[in-house]
Amino acid sequence: MKVLVLLKQTPDTEAKIQISSDSKNIETAGMKYIVNPYDEFAIEEALQIKAKNGDCEVVIASFGNADTKDRILKGLAMGADRGLLINNEGVENADSLAIAKILAGAIKSESPDIVLCGKQGIDDDNMHVGVMTAELLDWAHVNVVTKLEVSGDTAKVEREVESGQVEVYEVKLPALFGAHKSLNTPRYASLPGIMKAKKKPFDNKTVGDIGVDLNDVKASIKTSVESYSYPAEKPAGKLFKDQPVEAMVAEVVKLLREEAKVI
Amino acid sequence: MKVLVFLEQRDGKLKSSALEALTVANKMAKGEATNVAGLIIGDNVAALAAEVKDYGADTVFTANSDGLGKYNVLGYTAAVKAACDEFKPDVVLGIASPMGRDLFARCAARLDAGLLTDLVDIDFNGFSGGVKPMYAGKVLANVKFSGSGLKMATLRPNVFAAESSTGAAVAKQLNVTIDDSKIKTLEIKKGKSDKVDLTEASVIISGGRAMGDASKFEILHSCAEVIGASVGASRAAVDAGYAPHDMQVGQTGKTVNPQLYIACGISGAIQHMAGMRTSKVIVAINTDPDAPIFSVADYGIVADLFEAVPIMQEKFKELLK
Repeated sequence: MKVLVLLKQTPDTEAKIQISSDSKNIETAGMKYIVNPYDEFAIEEALQIKAKNGDCEVVIASFGNADTKDRILKGLAMGADRGLLINNEGVENADSLAIAKILAGAIKSESPDIVLCGKQGIDDDNMHVGVMTAELLDWAHVNVVTKLEVSGDTAKVEREVESGQVEVYEVKLPALFGAHKSLNTPRYASLPGIMKAKKKPFDNKTVGDIGVDLNDVKASIKTSVESYSYPAEKPAGKLFKDQPVEAMVAEVVKLLREEAKVI
Repeated sequence: MKVLVFLEQRDGKLKSSALEALTVANKMAKGEATNVAGLIIGDNVAALAAEVKDYGADTVFTANSDGLGKYNVLGYTAAVKAACDEFKPDVVLGIASPMGRDLFARCAARLDAGLLTDLVDIDFNGFSGGVKPMYAGKVLANVKFSGSGLKMATLRPNVFAAESSTGAAVAKQLNVTIDDSKIKTLEIKKGKSDKVDLTEASVIISGGRAMGDASKFEILHSCAEVIGASVGASRAAVDAGYAPHDMQVGQTGKTVNPQLYIACGISGAIQHMAGMRTSKVIVAINTDPDAPIFSVADYGIVADLFEAVPIMQEKFKELLK
């Protein structure tokens, strides 16, 4: 059995996001990068599947810049077997569907039984790439997965939707699953794990190496980010303190009705 | 410009945000209802078409079949494809709900379309693009379609107003072949509450680490009951086990934009504020006058939430009598 995890490098959740002076980019200087938090749940799930199915290889694959190697190494340190980095040089502006075309190409050449990824990247918040990749492979997918039970060539899967509703699916493998936060608790990489990670097999490939035509990908880009801006700053609000709680609360409730008109 | 709108329903009820999308579509089509069509997918949904009458669409396609009773992304994708084949739209619009986000990503890959998700502002003139929050709202991105081809987009709920407009909404049945050999929806389990989801709630009351214990959330639920609010939590409260993850507001939880957000015992970590800062009015209750949450609050109260919230509940009750 083979499980492939799609990983994305994102800025740290606590990072301040700064826009470049020409408004066209997000500043990368001094930015701390992490494994997309949802992808850690995908890695953990892959490792749990491996633990239950003795003969199982876990591959971590990413489309990204050279620094992304360090993020993949974290997955290898957690216990994955092999890393694959597809360098994004020349197609840094690829949109979701273009990235999905590249990843689908990589998945075809790897032929895994299961692909896992995070439910969304916490940078562009799109929730596109995993789902699109499954469609291009003509596989089923379930995104926002909170429970996954694999048995033979099927999986029973739970997906969280709104108001606590849960959709329960039976899915034929191969298939792609997007991990949600409550799927599991990701393990920490141990010190021996970190030492071993650097010796594990790691492939650096170009888009061309995985059999995808770079020019086709470039020509298929359909969306772009033109510029960034900050949300409008709110004017300073009214702060009530050093008064009896009853009086402060009464005043705020009155303002909610008469000034803000929301109650 | 021809616009097809996916009108989402769950349990036979149309989402109110479906009308928001229909209104946006009608504006894109410059009020020409013949250029706007709705699409309703499910079992037993034929009657729902009439509910969108007077929202600016002349046609409502219905994909009505037993196999579409429970959401299944492949069955639904086949229905969207069938509607596109019939109507030949330039734009397909939907809502950035859990279903809309899942379905539109799958359809964009099937139809080789450009997809913009979670738009909060739109360029109506030819629909060249719009604005979407990124990094959970820390920045706004001005996003564009490039090239010709089909454009698909989902809109953030509660942002665009629904307005009535002439439209006959005549139902037209689509025939969709459903193949469930790859994925079957076995059941849809009901949530514990019948409350509106946080992402669509118009009033939210949230608790942070200062709640101290899961059972203490009861005071928020009790106050929420009075004002018809949904209850949320900060990541600190969720990580401490005081609240389930589906209540988490913030960057690794839900991004919300209610009319009123009441933050109780929440200090205001950057990732939390990213998820709620677009709320129209923010009230913060915290014992620490220097808590960052006060920087985004319209009304701040420096007090112990366990003292302030029950009083607030009583004041709301008097007001709404």
